[in-house]
Amino acid sequence: MSQLNAPLHDPAVERRANRMMVVILAIACGLLALRALIGSSIGSGADAVTEHGFGMVYVQESPKGFVSEVAKDRAADGTEVEVRTWKPAAPGQTPEISWTEWNEVTAGEWAAAQRARADAPASAPLVTVSWPRTAGVWFAALMTLAVLSFLWRDNPVYKLAESVVVGVSAGYWMIVATWDTLVPKLAGALVPAWTKAHLMPSLESAGVDWWGLVPLGLGMLLLCRLSARVSWLGIFPLAFVVGTFAGLRFVQNIESDLLAQVATMFEPLVVVKHQALAGADAAATPPIDWAGSIGASLSAVLILVGVLSVLAYFFFSLEHTGAVGGAARVGIWYLMITFGASFGFTVMGRIALLAARLEFLFDDWLWLIDPSGKH
Amino acid sequence: MSDRPNESFLARLDRIDRRWIFLMMAIAVAGPIIWVGVTGRTFPETATPAVQGAFDAIERLPEGSKVLISFDFDPASAGELQPMATGFIHHCQLRKHRIYAMTLWAPGSPLIGATLADVIGSDPSYRYGENFVDLGYQAGNEGVMKQVGVDFPKAFPNDSKGTPLARIPMMQGITRLSDFDILISVSAGYPGGKEWVQYGVSPTLTQGHRLPFVAGSTGVQTPQMIPYYPVQMSGILGAIKGAAEYESLVNAKATAPGETVPAKYQEAQRRMAPQLFGHSLMVGLILVGNVIFFAGRRKGAAE
Repeated sequence: MSQLNAPLHDPAVERRANRMMVVILAIACGLLALRALIGSSIGSGADAVTEHGFGMVYVQESPKGFVSEVAKDRAADGTEVEVRTWKPAAPGQTPEISWTEWNEVTAGEWAAAQRARADAPASAPLVTVSWPRTAGVWFAALMTLAVLSFLWRDNPVYKLAESVVVGVSAGYWMIVATWDTLVPKLAGALVPAWTKAHLMPSLESAGVDWWGLVPLGLGMLLLCRLSARVSWLGIFPLAFVVGTFAGLRFVQNIESDLLAQVATMFEPLVVVKHQALAGADAAATPPIDWAGSIGASLSAVLILVGVLSVLAYFFFSLEHTGAVGGAARVGIWYLMITFGASFGFTVMGRIALLAARLEFLFDDWLWLIDPSGKH
Repeated sequence: MSDRPNESFLARLDRIDRRWIFLMMAIAVAGPIIWVGVTGRTFPETATPAVQGAFDAIERLPEGSKVLISFDFDPASAGELQPMATGFIHHCQLRKHRIYAMTLWAPGSPLIGATLADVIGSDPSYRYGENFVDLGYQAGNEGVMKQVGVDFPKAFPNDSKGTPLARIPMMQGITRLSDFDILISVSAGYPGGKEWVQYGVSPTLTQGHRLPFVAGSTGVQTPQMIPYYPVQMSGILGAIKGAAEYESLVNAKATAPGETVPAKYQEAQRRMAPQLFGHSLMVGLILVGNVIFFAGRRKGAAE
């Protein structure tokens, strides 16, 4: 263990690493300044202009206006109801409701709009820099770098990023729980008319559902865990949750993970595959696909050997000697290969995530690459 | 200059600051990204049977089939899974299937809207409510899966905008999960592909109608999903490699030879060059680590 930690606690190594980090940061800052100075060529041909800076987001306004129509319809219980439908307002028509959407455009489209601004009619849609979205790109980029700075060592910038993520996540999940669970599923069940009138106009309800009192009661009991005197009451909702999930999962695991998997084991060990024939030869006896047959047969044998040997490894009622010991050793090999494959997949996943973040930094922020033609 | 001049090369390598490894990995991943970004070149991909199975399952459905796709992931795993979601929607659009998008992950809801807008937003033949619908997020994990198995409108009374399902034309006739022609799950964990097999697909086996199921999963989750293929799943896209293979199949169908493929349909393929160099570095480091370990053990035994 001490050998593993040795490099991190070696003062000479630490000093060198710190010096190197300062140099890397200085080089990075210099490159950023250089990047901003060089700028990017926007547009093509004679219209091409050089825009200094990077990480900008451009938007075009798109006004939306709707008018409504009211029609008579019959509800499920036969009563006549009024149904209001909305459609886009025609040109010249005054909309009942309206708003403006801001759609992202490329830097080239922005540059073209700037050149044509003098001759454009007053009604032409505005194309401009979106400062909130630009700030969002810069914030995301700086947060990415702040998190990656942990690779150097734990530091205040990383701590700040970590705290922001934790705080934002907590707030986000509280809002989600309120508006996707408490309001529609609890308030919507117990006081549907009030909920529809004051909180959720789109609520679809067939009336009061008194079963909503059960989760309300269990939820209140769960809050009892906050008090030492009545915390024992919180055991009941926990027992309900654990019991319900155990029952649900037991049945589904037996069905899909045990029975279905055992059923797939009952496959022939010797597989004969035939090549597909087409056209005039379709009626003839197809020749054997030797490569496919050998591969499928080998696969079936390997699966059978794998299942039996891994079972032998986990069978502790017999001492792992002789034939059982040999089978158990084969089982260990199977397990190690499985763990290796899992590790390989994990590495692939992590590299993909790193690549996605670096793509964001190089594309959306630094404008070093432009695979989708945004800049 | 080394602080320990008499130290062997392997011993110095053993003491190397781990930050050099991080720097090497950053270069191994960043270099190919810039190369691919500047040249636009990607590696050719050959589909494995599991990916081909996923492609064929969607391909063999007749035009206008009902496809339920669950976006069970969040922006944190979008680097791996977004190309799969984009590929599935693109493929369904090419086959003119009806797309029903939903999510059991709250942060997945905006990803549905962004993906649908990105892929079919400019297609005039795809109209909201008739060819595609965004059902949004529903809390409840496996509870929702069980519910959609028996009463779909009860689990999803509205779409993501609050429109009742009864007023959405393409929802007519949808009463339960087995009314769909195929189920697709793009998942990053719990609840996701594994739970869809357990609570969505397996019950349909006992109902006598096996619902075709296709999954896209993260690298971490893929080894848990592989045992379900090919009996309980028609195909699986495992990690970014599976996504790249699927993209190449869909792009080959969508574009004529020599025609330029839009960049948004090559996201996974662009990430395969960083994979090659990143994995090569990892393999090299594992080999070097083993050499150092065995050399150290031999030296220890000699002493």
